[in-house]
Amino acid sequence: MVPSPARSERLEALKAEVRAIESAGVAGTRECLPFGVESIDARLAGGGLACAALHEVAADRPGLSDDAAATLFLAAVAARRCAANGTVLWALARRDLFAPGLAMAGLPPDNVLYAECGRDEDVLAVMEEGLRHGGLDAVIGEVRKVPMAATRRLQLAAEEGGTMALMLKRWRRQEEDPLAAPSAAVTRWRVGCAPSQPLPVAGIGRPRWRLDLARQRGGEPHHWIMEGPDAKGCLALPDGAEHRPNPARAAA
Amino acid sequence: MEQAEALPPHQRPSIRELGRRTEAAETPFRARNVEDIQRRIATRDLLPSVAPPRAAAPAAPAEPPLVTVARTGNRLLVAAACDAARALGLHPGMAATQARALVPGLDVCDADPRADAALLDALALYAARRWTPRAAVAGADGLFLDLSGVAHLFGGEERMCARILRFCARAGYRARIAVAGTPGAAHALARFGPAPLSLCPPGGEPDALAPLPLAALRLEEDALATARRLGLERIGDLVAMPRGPLQRRFGRQTLTRLDQALGRAAEPIDPVVPEEAPRAELRFAEPIATPEAIAQAMAELMARLIDDLAKAGLAARILTLAGDRVDGAAQSITIGTARATRDSRHLLRLLGMKIETIEPGYGLDALRLIAVRTEPLGPETVAGALTGEPPSADLAPLVDRLAGRIGARHLFRLSAVESDVPERSVRRTGPLGAVHPWPDYPRPVRLLSPPERVENVVALLPDLPPRRFTWRGRAYRIARADGPERIFGEWWRRTAEAEAVRDYFQVEDEGGERFWLYRRGDGVDVATGDLSWYLHGVFA
Repeated sequence: MVPSPARSERLEALKAEVRAIESAGVAGTRECLPFGVESIDARLAGGGLACAALHEVAADRPGLSDDAAATLFLAAVAARRCAANGTVLWALARRDLFAPGLAMAGLPPDNVLYAECGRDEDVLAVMEEGLRHGGLDAVIGEVRKVPMAATRRLQLAAEEGGTMALMLKRWRRQEEDPLAAPSAAVTRWRVGCAPSQPLPVAGIGRPRWRLDLARQRGGEPHHWIMEGPDAKGCLALPDGAEHRPNPARAAA
Repeated sequence: MEQAEALPPHQRPSIRELGRRTEAAETPFRARNVEDIQRRIATRDLLPSVAPPRAAAPAAPAEPPLVTVARTGNRLLVAAACDAARALGLHPGMAATQARALVPGLDVCDADPRADAALLDALALYAARRWTPRAAVAGADGLFLDLSGVAHLFGGEERMCARILRFCARAGYRARIAVAGTPGAAHALARFGPAPLSLCPPGGEPDALAPLPLAALRLEEDALATARRLGLERIGDLVAMPRGPLQRRFGRQTLTRLDQALGRAAEPIDPVVPEEAPRAELRFAEPIATPEAIAQAMAELMARLIDDLAKAGLAARILTLAGDRVDGAAQSITIGTARATRDSRHLLRLLGMKIETIEPGYGLDALRLIAVRTEPLGPETVAGALTGEPPSADLAPLVDRLAGRIGARHLFRLSAVESDVPERSVRRTGPLGAVHPWPDYPRPVRLLSPPERVENVVALLPDLPPRRFTWRGRAYRIARADGPERIFGEWWRRTAEAEAVRDYFQVEDEGGERFWLYRRGDGVDVATGDLSWYLHGVFA
């Protein structure tokens, strides 16, 4: 059924009203952090990741490799968000994070403050405290299981402090999708490893990721194949990717 | 005491002067031993004001005799000699060259009077905190402790002195103690008395001092020379002489010293005063027990303390809130701050986070707020105020709050260490400290600790990357690889690492997963490793 012009107009008006209600209390327009990649930014509501909001990232599959990709994706986003003398608070749950690897994605050691938390509740409390402080550029937390109410609190804290909240949701069991639980996050991402472009010589090229925007508020999900971050945290489209069919659509 | 009463009223010492005094003093020659030990343990932070170190071992017999030398004019003289050196005939005051000639293999080092004085000061401070409120440094080698009204706290004079002697022995000093009614007598008995611990009964000073040499009286050198010329050797000889001729021959100073020793003249001591932490205290007519009341009292205390700190130009790093419960049990909470601060709202908030850990029981009688550790805090320049740089946010309050929640040691930054071994290349530093970046080598995001052994590795020796491996029960086929990056063991840490080599490979399997593998050994020399393979990290 083709929607009539009057109907779509009414729909637009309603959407605008909902947006106004949603952004009530947030001064001015919502600031966004674009990826700097046209094909991603065009798909995101607002043209980028909302700066004062909660975003969730999970590994595509259980296992350390996709987990590492999701971690580096977070680090890249935080690195692009972080000013030269800014600070990112990273609430750790495990001890296996290797800081020199983060520096590869543009997050040097003097921009990161680590908080080692034993339990998920501590991670959430530390994240909320950091978000409400308002002086940080981004707050990253590694959690396993988060109740819906906690994500709402974090979202409100992020809006209040104007700080970006990034949450790495880790796999608990093989078959339990970490993004299946309801959440108040504005965008929810899945990151997984993909085979990289073979080089003409021996060696290993820039990593590739399957980047899956599983859900976003006010926008459609989408799927990309991207190249991993460079030293400034910028992702890139692989060569010739514009001409390839979208794998998600091809599969459907 | 009877002796004092026998005196004419104007000559009687004041009640205070009759208070018992004691003195712990190293004898002049034993003091050398102090220096001897001090030289050896000073590096182990022997500040007795903190805690006496356990190293009280007397000098091992195998060690060579030791003397310290000091320059006097153009001559190098022995300033002190240890027991072994004294047994060999060396004594303070002889020329250093002569001492060297007499004893081959003599251990000679420079005297350090300033360090000695500092140590004695520290001891006096410790004594003032531990034993008596009135302690003072006596000369270059002794302490005065005023025992008036404190000896009974330690079980009487004798037991107290024995205890002090034991403390000195534990701290590595040999000490001598004398207790007498006047500082002068205590001084003389401690240095020239017959035993390491001598207690002079009240009023017994003249008898106790009589057999001692005149030098015990702290007389000047020319007075001593005059006495030697006249054949006077003992203090008893001096006491027996009439006062008029005594003053004419020896001068007023000698008479004063004699009177001070015998309690005929006052000799006040100048006690050291230990610095006390700034504090504020509230006592309540009615005991308080509710958190609200405690919070209110806390705010009142904080206002007073901040006022005091601001006047002194100080700011708090560690605060303790202590409460006295009705039943006598003490309650306290302690907070620390990442940076010295006088922000009372922030400090109150930190204290408030811990307020529920106070157990008021039937109520609190008194509350004290003590700034246990303070630092000077003055005005600071604001970076970028004129140049237009964006000011960086002050993280100290956030750090304090997070530290209060998860513990200060769980909040840190990571900094580079000068080591190529990956697991050693990261060091934790303070949350507000400066950090150093790592060199730009490809490094994984997640590092396994310890590295995990991988099986069924197929790789060509000596330096080709693996083709396949099995990790955690799953087989991986390598599509692309990079390496090796060779990292050598750090021979300066462990001898086992002297030859060790790790060859690191960055590999990508057919599904795009990237791993950091290493092989122990360089593939040629067996001594460098056993050629087993490990997975050390995961790239993204």
